[in-house]
Amino acid sequence: MSKDSKTNLIRYLSEEKRFDGRKLDEFRQIEIEYNVSKTAEGSARVKVGETEVIAGIKLEMGKPFPDTPDEGALMVGTELLPLSSPDFEAGPPGIEAIEMARVVDRGLRESKAIDNKKLCVKKGEKVWIISVDICTINNQGNLLDVCGLAAIAALKVAKFPGFDGERVDYKTHTDEPVPLLKIPIPVTVFKLSGKYFVDPTSEEEQEYDSRLTVTTIEDGTICALQKGGDAPITVEDVDNMVSIALRKANEIRKSL
Amino acid sequence: MTYKKRYDGRNFTESREIEAKAGVIKRADGSAYFRIGNTVAYAAVYGPRELHPKFMQNPERGILRCSYNMMPFSGQGERVRPGQNRRAREIAMVTEKALLPVLNLENYPNAVVDVFIELPQTDAGSRCAGICAASIALADAGIEMKDLVGAVSVGRVDDKVLVDLDYSEEAHEEGGTADIPIALIPSTGEMTLLQMDGEITKEQLINALNMAKDAILKINIEQKNALKNKFEVVNDE
Repeated sequence: MSKDSKTNLIRYLSEEKRFDGRKLDEFRQIEIEYNVSKTAEGSARVKVGETEVIAGIKLEMGKPFPDTPDEGALMVGTELLPLSSPDFEAGPPGIEAIEMARVVDRGLRESKAIDNKKLCVKKGEKVWIISVDICTINNQGNLLDVCGLAAIAALKVAKFPGFDGERVDYKTHTDEPVPLLKIPIPVTVFKLSGKYFVDPTSEEEQEYDSRLTVTTIEDGTICALQKGGDAPITVEDVDNMVSIALRKANEIRKSL
Repeated sequence: MTYKKRYDGRNFTESREIEAKAGVIKRADGSAYFRIGNTVAYAAVYGPRELHPKFMQNPERGILRCSYNMMPFSGQGERVRPGQNRRAREIAMVTEKALLPVLNLENYPNAVVDVFIELPQTDAGSRCAGICAASIALADAGIEMKDLVGAVSVGRVDDKVLVDLDYSEEAHEEGGTADIPIALIPSTGEMTLLQMDGEITKEQLINALNMAKDAILKINIEQKNALKNKFEVVNDE
């Protein structure tokens, strides 16, 4: 972002305006389409404005970790595909993709969104491993929030494949849903020049002082936090940012 | 027992249902969505843009660089590990060769035209779907082209020569199979991609190639319609 457009953005924010006419705490339109990939055990396409991602769930049979012999496992990956932005390059995941995957993962894990005990097939030997892979199609900003929403949307419709005790039969889908207990929603609140705003476009997210991703569940419990950006934040900032995130998460949850 | 009726009831010369759209990825310079049956491909074109590292630049013409990638959940069985494996790299290479003959890159010295192909869902024929999508995306990006390359796989299942095999046909056990992905320049009838896995006689092969030509001419109509539809929408606004 050039110095001019940063100055412009600060001026807009100070007048409580956005480049595209939104309010500071307003998300772009959210569209969710379920089961967009027939090869996945569950999938969803989420569009927030022009930002678009697809999340897909694969279920595999694996061995439990030695310290949790009666629990399944969850893995989250984000692929910032070079198809989705001129700024993304091919190759192994960069730090941006790793941070996104880890923050989404923490939200799901710490809220205990998945009933891990229900993923156990035979204690100490066989458990279901859930892989959530999120692939970006078009990056027009706020990918972390969109990826988090896509992950939970895909999990919501995921069904177990057939299993005869030995082999997974991916051709048959059972009616049994993945045991999803909670709906954690990450919302990232950005701060620039003393103003808070959400759901930035690619242009708006190039320059900010700080950001805070707050993942919350239905009852208002906070289950993951991630502060980003170079500037420090105060307790007052956290108070304000968490309030905004809680309010937005309740709105977003209704679109599922 | 011979293969009398196709698993999904199609005629032997019939492709699966096709859906093609241009301009589906706004950040890209050109893009397309191409679905044939249950195989879905996205393609995005970025460029012509500066090529790094510089020693790879060609001062005489631009370079075409393709990538092919299956999303981790796009396979028929277990999760596909992310990252470029040998299969993906080979497909990217033959995709480049399939598209290059129709491109005029002489006006873009030292530049690269990047084509990214991504598959969210596959049911055989994914490299052909990728090539069909890439062709539309290149035209959408305004790259100078002589024609739109189309592609389909043909082959043999037991004693039948047929068009556009799906996964269940590729996996047919009795009597064996052959899978022949083909890309073709519709205006000249020349082939720019030809591969085969399996066993086939010379007569069956020639028969299959002729069937591919007819099928690709039909696919080509869908590719052109995708581009026409995109620009019609622009006119409405």
